[in-house]
Amino acid sequence: MVERRRFGDVIPHLILLIGIAIVAFPVYLCFVGSTLDQATIANGQMGLTPGPLFFETYWRTLFVGTSGTTREPVATMMFNSFVMALVIALGKIAISIISSYAVVYFKFPFRMAAFWMIFVTLMLPVEVRIYPTYKIAADLNLLNSYAGLTLPLIASATATLFFRQFFMTIPDELIEASKLDGAGPFRFFKDTVLPLSRTNIAALFVILFIYGWNQYLWPILITTHDDMQTIVIGIKKMIVTADALTEWNVVMATAMLAMLPPVAVVVLMQRWFVKGLVETEK
Amino acid sequence: MASVTLQDVRKVYAGGVEAVKGVSLDIPNGSFTVLLGPSGCGKSTLLRMIAGLEAITSGTVSIAGKVVNEVEPAERDIAMVFQNYALYPHMSVYDNMAYGLRNRGTAKEEIEKRVAEAAKLLAIGDFLKRKPRELSGGQRQRVAMGRAIVREPQAFLFDEPLSNLDAKLRVQMRIEIRRLHNRLKATSIFVTHDQIEAMTMADSIVVMNGGRVEQTGAPNHVYRFPATRFVATFIGSPAMNLLPGRIAGPGEAEIAGGGRIAFDPNAFDVTPGREVEIGIRPEDLRLAGSGEGALTFKKDFAEELGATRLFHGTVGEGAVVVALSGPAPAGDSFGLSAAPDAVHLFDPASGDSLRRA
Repeated sequence: MVERRRFGDVIPHLILLIGIAIVAFPVYLCFVGSTLDQATIANGQMGLTPGPLFFETYWRTLFVGTSGTTREPVATMMFNSFVMALVIALGKIAISIISSYAVVYFKFPFRMAAFWMIFVTLMLPVEVRIYPTYKIAADLNLLNSYAGLTLPLIASATATLFFRQFFMTIPDELIEASKLDGAGPFRFFKDTVLPLSRTNIAALFVILFIYGWNQYLWPILITTHDDMQTIVIGIKKMIVTADALTEWNVVMATAMLAMLPPVAVVVLMQRWFVKGLVETEK
Repeated sequence: MASVTLQDVRKVYAGGVEAVKGVSLDIPNGSFTVLLGPSGCGKSTLLRMIAGLEAITSGTVSIAGKVVNEVEPAERDIAMVFQNYALYPHMSVYDNMAYGLRNRGTAKEEIEKRVAEAAKLLAIGDFLKRKPRELSGGQRQRVAMGRAIVREPQAFLFDEPLSNLDAKLRVQMRIEIRRLHNRLKATSIFVTHDQIEAMTMADSIVVMNGGRVEQTGAPNHVYRFPATRFVATFIGSPAMNLLPGRIAGPGEAEIAGGGRIAFDPNAFDVTPGREVEIGIRPEDLRLAGSGEGALTFKKDFAEELGATRLFHGTVGEGAVVVALSGPAPAGDSFGLSAAPDAVHLFDPASGDSLRRA
């Protein structure tokens, strides 16, 4: 148990507060920047209090876009990012839960070989196989499409391993009881495995959604049209080399907006995390 | 309801381990049969082969006269109660019971009727909407039985269903299972390693050891006429005392270094001089006055059980336990005797009973 001493709580809290400050201060600064006008930031007159242009900047960022750099408004980019993150997260979960189910519950020739092949792909993230993957995507006419953005990122060894470990904790008696109750492999999956995996799926969704949302290298290669840009790439493109032209207030607002969906996912799914930890139903 | 017949059933695992070495059994319609034996004797494997959860290496399993070796578990029309209950944790009690019926396409009204009946029978009507984790061990056990009952199967299979319960609940549930059986008259096969469960619940006990059946019979018969040394020591608590000795004359055996004891000469097929193992149950031994041809018992220590006392000590060279009620005998050594028909004789080499067939 945790020791309880009168002054013992002070130091941990101090450390936590310092940690929070380190993380939160740049975010706050970013928010302040998004409420000022471009000239103030460019002149280095930015203070620590928010300026008056909150609604104006965010309206322009979301629905108009910057003048010279990215011709699309950030709302489109957010939509693209959202679609990409969602499809990647759901696709990864769907594929990996099915493949783990096959590896854990079915006896077929080369079962372990199949499992190890999935395992080995852990060592082959997109960055490593980027050229052949790009070539294939291009040959299949997947450039500048949602399919091209998401499909190559969907296959996932991590999630497969994660579900495999979880499936192995489901007692054998449940499978046997299902067999006696007349449930075949499909029914057992749908009626027992899937409901029992709910909290695991939720946890994985959070991780994978953020993974998808933060993708940078792959989208930058596969999308050339402005209307297929994701928000992470949008931020990059807004920052032009000639400093005076960069609309820093819009960049800051975009950065703030880019943070919102992952934060929302974490906040909304937190309840499930806790539920998954508290509930021991097996 | 139906009879279950096993014909020379064997199970050899992939590693070459022979778990069940040729078992033939006839479990009559409506009987409560208990498969009893120590861990690893193959009793659970046998049950799982009847259920269809384990492939049969050779031999046949028939339910209601039909060979079911190649029939899927769900189509064998049997229901099983597992040791850890194996309730679906995410389903309510009602859904747990209804699941098997739904999968079989039973009409909704029929499911409702059967679940309601089973719930009433098992007194779990108040928990139908709860999840298994909100129930106590005993209540989960009832739900597991309810799930079996609603199926109205040909036979019920129980795989050590009471071993996860505390001692008090175990006694209570075993009475309830037996009462339920008396009501439903369903063919039941019950696996346990607890000889008290076996004795109290069974119509017929099948004692197993090392993948073989040692003896089959009514509890009282198995207790009174054990066919082998294994059965003799496995059934009854504390275990039967076994003492080396030889036949001294007609109806009389001599315990090595411990005196003579009379046995029923008509019951055993022995000739004087033969080496035997003499078995006497602790509860069959009683105090004897000296000079009555008694065995001399040297007391080591005593255990107080309330109604009886267990005295641990030796007769001759062998360790002996005696269960006595009434006042404790004085002194560290006293005489013991047993009725001639309470004396069992076994072959020292094979362990088989020397009783005439």
